[in-house]
Amino acid sequence: MPDTNGPHLIRGARPLGGDPVDLLLADGRIAAIGPGLDAPADAVTVDASGLVALPGLVDLHTHLREPGREDAETVVTGSRSAAMGGYTAVHAMANTDPVADTAGVVEQVWRLGREAGYCDVRPVGAVTVGLAGRQLSEIGAMADSAAKVRVFSDDGVCVSDALLMRRALEYVKAFDGVVAQHAQEPRLTQGAQMNEGCVSDRLGLPGWPAVAEEAVIARDCLLAQHVGSRLHVCHVSTRGSVDIIRWAKARGCDVTAEVTPHHLLLTEELVESYDPVYKVNPPLRTAEDVQALREGLADGTIDIVATDHAPHPVEAKETEWSTAAMGMVGLETALAVVQRTMVDTDLLTWDDVADRMSAAPARIGRVHDHGRGLAAGEPANVVLYDPAAPVEVDGTAMVTKSSNTPFRDMTLPGRVRATFLRGAPTVLEGKIQ
Amino acid sequence: MRHLLSTGDLSRDEATLILDTAAELAQVGDRSVKKLPTLRGRTVVNLFYEDSTRTRTSFELAAKRLSADVINFSAKGSSVSKGESLKDTALTLQAMGADGVVIRHSASGAAHRLANWVDGSVLNAGDGTHEHPTQALLDAFTMRSRLGRLDGLRVAVVGDILHSRVARSNVLLLTTLGAHVTLVAPPTLLPVSVHTWTCEVSYDLDAVLPKSDVVMMLRVQAERMHESFFPTTREYSRNYGLDGERLSRMPEDAIVMHPGPMVRGMEISAEVADSPRCTVTEQVANGVSLRMAVLYLLLSGS
Amino acid sequence: MPEGTRAVLDGNEINRALTRIAHEVLERTKGGQEVTLLGIPSRGVPLAQRLARLIERVEDRTVPAGSLDITMYRDDLRSAPVRALGRTEIPTGGLDDRVVVLVDDVLFSGRTVRAALDALGDLGRPRAVQLAVLVDRGHRELPIRADYVGKNLPTSLRESVTVRLDETDGHDAVLLGPARPRPSTSGGND
Repeated sequence: MPDTNGPHLIRGARPLGGDPVDLLLADGRIAAIGPGLDAPADAVTVDASGLVALPGLVDLHTHLREPGREDAETVVTGSRSAAMGGYTAVHAMANTDPVADTAGVVEQVWRLGREAGYCDVRPVGAVTVGLAGRQLSEIGAMADSAAKVRVFSDDGVCVSDALLMRRALEYVKAFDGVVAQHAQEPRLTQGAQMNEGCVSDRLGLPGWPAVAEEAVIARDCLLAQHVGSRLHVCHVSTRGSVDIIRWAKARGCDVTAEVTPHHLLLTEELVESYDPVYKVNPPLRTAEDVQALREGLADGTIDIVATDHAPHPVEAKETEWSTAAMGMVGLETALAVVQRTMVDTDLLTWDDVADRMSAAPARIGRVHDHGRGLAAGEPANVVLYDPAAPVEVDGTAMVTKSSNTPFRDMTLPGRVRATFLRGAPTVLEGKIQ
Repeated sequence: MRHLLSTGDLSRDEATLILDTAAELAQVGDRSVKKLPTLRGRTVVNLFYEDSTRTRTSFELAAKRLSADVINFSAKGSSVSKGESLKDTALTLQAMGADGVVIRHSASGAAHRLANWVDGSVLNAGDGTHEHPTQALLDAFTMRSRLGRLDGLRVAVVGDILHSRVARSNVLLLTTLGAHVTLVAPPTLLPVSVHTWTCEVSYDLDAVLPKSDVVMMLRVQAERMHESFFPTTREYSRNYGLDGERLSRMPEDAIVMHPGPMVRGMEISAEVADSPRCTVTEQVANGVSLRMAVLYLLLSGS
Repeated sequence: MPEGTRAVLDGNEINRALTRIAHEVLERTKGGQEVTLLGIPSRGVPLAQRLARLIERVEDRTVPAGSLDITMYRDDLRSAPVRALGRTEIPTGGLDDRVVVLVDDVLFSGRTVRAALDALGDLGRPRAVQLAVLVDRGHRELPIRADYVGKNLPTSLRESVTVRLDETDGHDAVLLGPARPRPSTSGGND
């Protein structure tokens, strides 16, 4: 755990990409913000000229793999990876072994996160026992536990039973929770390996039709509106999904949605190499889908960027496509990919990025001391990002325990220089503390 | 050419070179010494993760006729069945000095993956529902030797296109070689993007047959019925099976092909399967020459 | 004609050389009853056909002529890009107990002829094998000699000999010029 040492004076950072100011972090809060601040005698000065300051990022969708798959990631390595990516809070998905479907498991993950101290780890509770889709897990016990779970998801599998989904949506209302649905109609995607279309037909890989995602999203939006519940849609990947969510929001459904960095940048043609580093759930889609996702994120139809950081050991990816595991690591590249796809393309300002990657996910997850503004008195959760420091991505050089990044060998435009969690640096000069 | 992974990688000249080479090598089967010294000292590994005695034997005979040393590495009775990964198996073969690896695997793309891990040439002998390049090449070879040309030839491919690696390889290759391909199947057994392929599509076998020089029948597994690809085998066979009556409506010199193994009574009637217009055994014989040609072209040069 | 290249035989001279070889074959084989001519692709094949016609003109009897591709028997396959195969056509009646006369355009290292002898061994058992070449340019690397030579042409290794034939190139000529860069030291045009 990094030492919660004394005050830090950040010199010349540009809050949300604006004019350079100084930020004084002390006692876990932003003590002062403004030009030419005086440094207290015991303050460590951080030169941040040229760096964009954002509120610490919040990930609503992270796989930390512990308990069960500590060979791929642990709470410690995953939260260090999160800090490297500028995150100060992450939501740890429930598909661990054992599944996070009891207060015991979520409290264990929560406690491991606290002990690691690199970012706040908010466990996600499973909607159904063992993610099996048959019986609701003890949602109330998880909500009332020390982990105070507010996000419930069977992510990895879909809550496909319409009645069970209705019940879950209703039940979480009692403690202001939200069901985060992994939208994937199981029968339409049996054995599916990649987006269904020209490329899958050519490669002879069983297709994963867009409709399998869209149909579930449409159903769930209608269900959520019917019972007056909040619904969150995980990793939206198709143009049709964006259209349906836009339509649902217009008719008053309380739905939020996320998109992953990889779905904002990568397309299905990468699968032609049969390299499973590009195998992910939901699958990489077409350039048309990517464009629609960017537009949806820009106009607010899609509320947030979530990483779906999914570490896997080397042997799970160095294999035939059909036997390989699905998923990509993403915490350490998320902000740079968003810069490239959304900021450098003038679709989002840094202000918008702070909303999509910090404020909105904190709001959805009910994480009250994150996603706040960069103002005096606010919790000192801050990331300093250099948007003009191109970096060639190298999975083996990452802090995460795994290296399955689909961006390897690509050059991304920027990098995180420093991350502060309640005033304490978890990353300084681009290095984990 | 370093590997043969997909017929889509072959230019018209390359494909023609393979067929011409196979035509020359076909003579070897008629000679007193059915062997050439060409690949002496080279090692070819047959790496078969799926049972396919006919394809493996064909490759084995082809390699032996070229004097290569042949190692059969099958999924049964080797470390493969003990859970060794494809990559580790590849590295083992590499250490043994394999110059060429012939791979049959149930996973689409397995041959592509293998090509990343070995220095030698990789020959795709069927990967999942992706491709089966040497089958398509021997089919084209058979058509050319029976009908004298490929350019402008009208070829109907009938059956389970969706799950057929033979169909994929044939569409790519035959189009490259100037033939016109029509795929015939119920819509459930066609890929969703088939309209973007370089071929025609029809749901009506009877309309296509009179306009076809070649009809290639693909095996249809009865299990597909249980996955609702068609209601019953009887209905499938009635609509898409080839019987004597349907054959009689084809042009007089038209031929019937089948990559084998045939399901008599399902996609093809016994009468048609045994007719002189059916080239099934010829295809098997041509397979050896064709695979010799591919092995020669991949393994002999510098 | 490329710079530095000169013709050492013209069409008439090639004809005269082949006519002489035809007569020598008849003489050496006592009427040529058992002779089968096998040209080595590519230019040995038309030469064998011409020899067959010349012999027929003298003896008023057809002489079996075919072609023997030696690509699969080469000893330098691994040192050059893969080669397309030439045609092998063994005349009806086969090679057993025949006097096979191998026909090639240029005799150089002797490696082609070595390969041809290996190939013959797999095709049958001739009573005898003889060799006819249009040009012998020397520089043998194997103990091989020709039985019939159109022209002995002393050359340097820095020179190349090119045979052009009406059937393959549109005109007849034997050219001597500077050596072309070649992928390996032996093989190629021999």
